[in-house]
Amino acid sequence: MAAKRKTPIKTRNPDLIRGVGKYSRSKMYHKRGLWAIKAKNGGVFPCHEPNPKPATAVEKPPKFYPADDVKKPLLNKRKPKPTKLRASITPGTVLILLAGRFMGKRVVFLKQLTSGLLLVTGPFKINGVPLRRVNQSYVIATSTKIDISGVNLDKFNDKYFAKEVENKKKKTEGEFFEAEKEDKKKLPEDKKEDQKAIDAFLIKSIEGVPELKAYLAARFSLKSGMKPHELVF
Amino acid sequence: MPFKRYVEIGRVALVNYGKDYGKLVVIVDVVDQNRALVDAPDMVRGQMNFKRLTLTDITIDIPRVPKKKTLIEAMEKADVKNKWESSSWGRKLIVQKRRASLNDFDRFKLMLAKIKRSGVIKQELTKLKKENASSI
Repeated sequence: MAAKRKTPIKTRNPDLIRGVGKYSRSKMYHKRGLWAIKAKNGGVFPCHEPNPKPATAVEKPPKFYPADDVKKPLLNKRKPKPTKLRASITPGTVLILLAGRFMGKRVVFLKQLTSGLLLVTGPFKINGVPLRRVNQSYVIATSTKIDISGVNLDKFNDKYFAKEVENKKKKTEGEFFEAEKEDKKKLPEDKKEDQKAIDAFLIKSIEGVPELKAYLAARFSLKSGMKPHELVF
Repeated sequence: MPFKRYVEIGRVALVNYGKDYGKLVVIVDVVDQNRALVDAPDMVRGQMNFKRLTLTDITIDIPRVPKKKTLIEAMEKADVKNKWESSSWGRKLIVQKRRASLNDFDRFKLMLAKIKRSGVIKQELTKLKKENASSI
């Protein structure tokens, strides 16, 4: 008699209903591995030599055992994705800003950053809006589009817009009572250069369309009789 | 004031309520006191309450409940589309549709055009005023 197995072998062929198996004879032949179990191999399914396991370091017993069993929270491997961009917002779309300092300004959309915020520019020469990040929720997308192929936006990411860290200086007692000398933060020259480079290209495309420049320079406002839910943007 | 537009077979009407709002349909039969059987080239023939219809001045010559093909031929013969689009009512509707579909940029361009137009008109007006004043 063949050696008895510890657990009776469970069939690899589940019943669909009594008397009818899920897999056909040929499928079962393949599932049981009979195509590989041959006498020349000793009647067992052939397998490779297992790779030698790397030597594990000797684990020392812990110095401290906590009194109570502390439950570890479950591991969370979720990586948040950038916000889903509305289908109406594509590179080159004219957007209307709805909140903030530039409320009502019409602005050109450049790209979506990894944080989900939209990178946007006036252009600065036309309406005073610099390269700026803006949240998708505070924006109306119009159906006017500008061609911005050919602009290089690789260097703009969230780090570019991060606040500059000041090194803290230790104050002595005397200096505390002095009025803090804060020089107004100036825009670094390279950021101005970036703005000019992007704008030079955009302004050319904008001047190709009649009246678009004046359109971007003007602010949007709701007038009497305009019903936002009926307006086509 | 006597009625001028009658419900009759062949009367063209405008749908003013419901799924087919804004469509021109032809009355092809009368069901009862309140409802008519109504048909149009691009819809399935069905009943509609008279309250949903506004009669127009246009009528076409059709037998009672014509086949779709005959209906379309009759509409072509009577030139319903052109008559409608050249009537003042039809023209107003077309303008309303155009205005509703204007883009934000289009509205801006419209505003500039209106300002320009009124500027030209005012210039002419002041010119005329000056001539009038000088002649008095």
